[in-house]
Amino acid sequence: MAIEVRIPTILRSHTGGAKVVEGAGDTLSDLFADLDSRYPGLRGRLITEDGALHRFVNVYVNDEDVRFTGALETKLSDGDSVTVLPAVAGGASVG
Amino acid sequence: MARYDSLLDACGDTPLVGLPRLSPGPNVRIWAKLEDRNPTGSVKDRAALYMIRAAEADGRLRPGQTILEPTSGNTGIALAMVAKLRGYRLVCVMPENTSVERRQILQMYGAEVIASPAAGGSNQAVAVAKQLAEEHPDWVMLYQYGNAANARAHYETTGPELLRDLPTITHFVAGLGTTGTLMGAGRFLREKNPDIEIIAAEPRYGELVYGLRNIDEGYVPELYDPSVLTRRFSVGTRDALLRTRQMVEVEGIFAGPSTGAVLHVALAVGHAAQKAGQEADIAFVMADAGWKYLSTGAYAGTIAEAEEHLEGQLWA
Repeated sequence: MAIEVRIPTILRSHTGGAKVVEGAGDTLSDLFADLDSRYPGLRGRLITEDGALHRFVNVYVNDEDVRFTGALETKLSDGDSVTVLPAVAGGASVG
Repeated sequence: MARYDSLLDACGDTPLVGLPRLSPGPNVRIWAKLEDRNPTGSVKDRAALYMIRAAEADGRLRPGQTILEPTSGNTGIALAMVAKLRGYRLVCVMPENTSVERRQILQMYGAEVIASPAAGGSNQAVAVAKQLAEEHPDWVMLYQYGNAANARAHYETTGPELLRDLPTITHFVAGLGTTGTLMGAGRFLREKNPDIEIIAAEPRYGELVYGLRNIDEGYVPELYDPSVLTRRFSVGTRDALLRTRQMVEVEGIFAGPSTGAVLHVALAVGHAAQKAGQEADIAFVMADAGWKYLSTGAYAGTIAEAEEHLEGQLWA
């Protein structure tokens, strides 16, 4: 099962510079474990020691923030697209 | 009644306009709240007015004083207008990769603009402003990201207006920046209707904007309370631009790119409701019109060209 994962510039040192990598897993947690087996250290940048998503990391499955869909237990399916981004203040013209 | 004693009194009470052609069907309707119909043309007039009035009321702000604010534009423009009318000096810290129109409007209102590095985006503008505030203890930083009056403006005005004009509202969608609109209007609407969905549309910029950000230096606005939200979406530049153009082509509404991102989410939610056979009245916030973004290239050429022009810019 292939899931496309977009990696932000700041974490590409873990993926040999790759912008997009592929992984597998029934949940986001499984996916990060799978990625970590090939890209050591990546999981540790995304998840804290308590096993929660890092406060300043946002993860989106098909553009939806996973904190509202079950966090690391969010279910994944073949063909899903996962995006990892650092939290930013944004442009803030929007409200 | 459409007569006001001054420009400041003409803030808010904006029209809610249906989008009959873009709405998924007769039972799933989409409505735009036209916040460009505020005194300086954006939703930020509400927050600016509330923040300045609150600072005056609690004695933090006295005539002749200097206001300092990190802003990518709209809040600065709104504050500049209020500051001009009420006798304050304004210093704005603005990322250098924001549109030239915004900078010129600020200067026209007499505000001073300090540029912060493009690479750091708004995070960097916030950091620079916080440092300036330390160096100038007599300056008053209203700090829209953490100022309760920002969210209160929407709790007391935007939220009630929405409910008055659309009592059957089922979904509220708005852009997520300072989070003030969603927190304020969202809390009000949830109190009146516990089942309402409060949905955030967050701009996802080009790579260059995120490029140098270290994850440990991330930033979450102090106003943000995720429990107010039901769902949160990230919308890329391309989708935002496509929807911005679709809105003007199909419904005649000329909005800024951030509104395209919000419409994108409103339509996704609307089509899902239509598919599920549900009835829905989905209201979204049009934060501003497109005028200030013409120089960015958002409206010229193909979508791919426009996307390229916006790469590296803070378009929301």
